[in-house]
Amino acid sequence: MNFNWLEIIVFAIFLSIVVSAIFVRGKSWLEPNFWKRTALITSIIMVAVLLVLTVDTLSKISMGTDRIPDATVINKKISYVYSDEKHRFVPKIEGQEKFFGKIWSKNEAEELLNIGKMTIQSRACMDCHTLLGNGAYYAPDLTKAWLDPKWNLLIKNMVNAKTKEEAIVKWLMNTDKYPTFTRRMPNMHLSEKEAKAVVAYLKWMSAIDTNGFPDNFLSSQK
Amino acid sequence: MNNLYESQKLGLWYMSAALVLFGAQILFGLLIAYQYLNPDFLFGIFNFNIGRILHINAMVVWLLMGFIGAVYWFLPVETGRETVGIKLGKLAFFILLAALTVVILVYIFVQTGAGNKISLWFINEGREYIEAPRWADIGIVIVVLVFLYNVFATVFASKKITGIMGVLMIDLVALAGLYLAGMFYTVNISLDQYFWWWVIHLWVEATWEVLIGCIMALALMYVLKTPRKIVEGWLYLEVFLVFGTGILGLGHHYFWIGTPEYWLGIGGFFSALEPIPLVAMIIHAVYDAGVQRLKTVNKPALFWILAQAFGNFIGAGVWGFMQTLPQINLYSHGTQLAASHGHLAFFGAYVTTNIAVAYIMVHKIRGGEVKLMDSKLWKYAYVLMIISIIGMAGSMMVAGFAQTEIERAVGGSTWQAYINAHLHPWMVEPMYWRFGFGFLMLIGYILLIVDLLTIGKKEEKTAVEEVAHA
Ligand code: HEM
Ligand code: HEM
Ligand SMILES: [Fe+2]
Repeated sequence: MNFNWLEIIVFAIFLSIVVSAIFVRGKSWLEPNFWKRTALITSIIMVAVLLVLTVDTLSKISMGTDRIPDATVINKKISYVYSDEKHRFVPKIEGQEKFFGKIWSKNEAEELLNIGKMTIQSRACMDCHTLLGNGAYYAPDLTKAWLDPKWNLLIKNMVNAKTKEEAIVKWLMNTDKYPTFTRRMPNMHLSEKEAKAVVAYLKWMSAIDTNGFPDNFLSSQK
Repeated sequence: MNNLYESQKLGLWYMSAALVLFGAQILFGLLIAYQYLNPDFLFGIFNFNIGRILHINAMVVWLLMGFIGAVYWFLPVETGRETVGIKLGKLAFFILLAALTVVILVYIFVQTGAGNKISLWFINEGREYIEAPRWADIGIVIVVLVFLYNVFATVFASKKITGIMGVLMIDLVALAGLYLAGMFYTVNISLDQYFWWWVIHLWVEATWEVLIGCIMALALMYVLKTPRKIVEGWLYLEVFLVFGTGILGLGHHYFWIGTPEYWLGIGGFFSALEPIPLVAMIIHAVYDAGVQRLKTVNKPALFWILAQAFGNFIGAGVWGFMQTLPQINLYSHGTQLAASHGHLAFFGAYVTTNIAVAYIMVHKIRGGEVKLMDSKLWKYAYVLMIISIIGMAGSMMVAGFAQTEIERAVGGSTWQAYINAHLHPWMVEPMYWRFGFGFLMLIGYILLIVDLLTIGKKEEKTAVEEVAHA
């Protein structure tokens, strides 16, 4: 299905008015019953529209769709570029790229992301950082963290690593020792496996099409 | 206390426990606000995220407990009978307290676990606002089911369903049902956040809003003796406007989480209309108060009700509207502006409601529905708390605008952009103001509690003496 936002709005409002009008026929608008019925009908219609949109949205945000890549995207080169056609930034996924020195099978990649997600939840990352812009405001947004220029510009030397993914793992496991700002990240006591999984998760997340948030991300101008 | 229904006693217990948790919320708020100023404070021992979890979870739980208390309080008044299943209700209350104690102790002492399902089930689920581990979710559902059963059974046993009770019952089912939408694990963060917002948004901008509409309707009838017909007419109108705009207004959280582009238009449009019901609520409250020329038997309750009407409109309506169109939200998303709005809205709409109900409860237990209840102290608490929340929200608004510009719009939300923004005086200074106003809030809270414990005590004594002399 391809919905147009304006059509949906007009449809939802039009339907609410027409159906309500039928049910409040002959009643004065000053009667409580007039509003009782209008309220009930409008609520039902809005819920119904939400449910239909939810079915459609779920089909478009499952892993392996245009908007949300599947787990094997961790084997790909990801960037974030301005699209003249869409007038906003979009993730660009192209070409193989080894991740921790290897290409991960679909099963392996999925398992890795799963551990990554559970680690991110269990350590309550979201209560300092934002993910997709939601969470707390004490620490930087992680939506496109994989693409952040700082890993290559600073952290790689700081922790003495060869690749970006290795640098992130080393940094994540020793955050309290490598400050970048007066506010340090506490050591979350990640095991190496957990740290790798988190890096995979960040890489996968950076490939989600977020309708252009964040805008003007600097790493695109490398 | 003998003139109380058992249901009202239970309501009082809920409200008392709620107000204690409110104190905990403020203390943890001060702690994390202080960590903004001194990031080394308890670093590695009690990190920011743990304090923040306690701050916002205490808030969610105490507000809900206050609402439940309010419903148990008004239920016998509306139905004219004792609540059915009151023993079960009391049992559920103690189970809830025990479960909360365990959850809080685990947050404080265990804090976090390894990246596996066991942690999510028993320690911390790590999803903002609903961090409670899964076992506690299930416990909460059971307690809420008992509450729902009591409300429904009581209303049916009384053989009449007033308009307010009808709305309340439907709304409570929706409110409880929505909690289930947050009780699942998925690896896909877009799917995760899609349903996470069903709980958060469809709670605070739909079902909670209607719930306090019901509570306020009951409170207005009590405090101002507004006729039922007027109150119910307004309530229906409010339900129409709240659900009509708020349900699809949900889309303002679906701009940037991977969901399709049509949400930009739908979410922007419907959420931009969400302030309309809040205007209607102001008109309703101010009109009723005006008709009665502010004559009431319960001064503090009336003034907290008026604060509610304006606070809801300004905190939720104006501050929410400010950032709700996708064209601005692209830059303001996930900044201190959201925190500014979150504080003003939760305080303006929900904290005020609970305080008003607390004063209504106190009025009755101190012996009189007829005697005027007033004191000096409540005015100090009132003014102090309102000044502090405005001060805190104002500080975060300045910081939020600066962050929107420096970190998001100019800097493009990179790590360095974040550092630049948080080093800028426009963000550094407001964090000090926030802490200062937060401290004032603590003082206001203490005055509030002292007042709730003492207001009307003298009158109560004279009333008792009168009875004794007679
Ligand atoms: C009493 C009602 C309301 C409460 C308690 C409330 C509370 C909140 C809170 C706590 C957040 C931050 C969520 C997070 O942690 O990420 C938030 C976000 C938001 N609210 Fe409200 N809100 C209310 C009503 C409204 C209304 C009526 C509107 C629109 C007119 C609105 C618009 C928004 C928007 C656009 C955001 C997203 C901010 C972002 O992108 O970061 N809110 N709200
Ligand atoms: C002494 C008073 C308080 C202080 C110092 C305080 C401080 C804070 C701080 C520092 C944060 C974290 C913001 C961040 O993630 O960067 C926060 C979050 C929050 N607080 Fe408070 N707070 C106080 C009282 C309250 C009250 C009374 C309420 C509402 C009833 C409240 C509701 C919230 C909410 C909803 C959030 C999450 C905001 C979001 O994610 O957008 N706080 N508070
Ligand atoms: Fe919302």
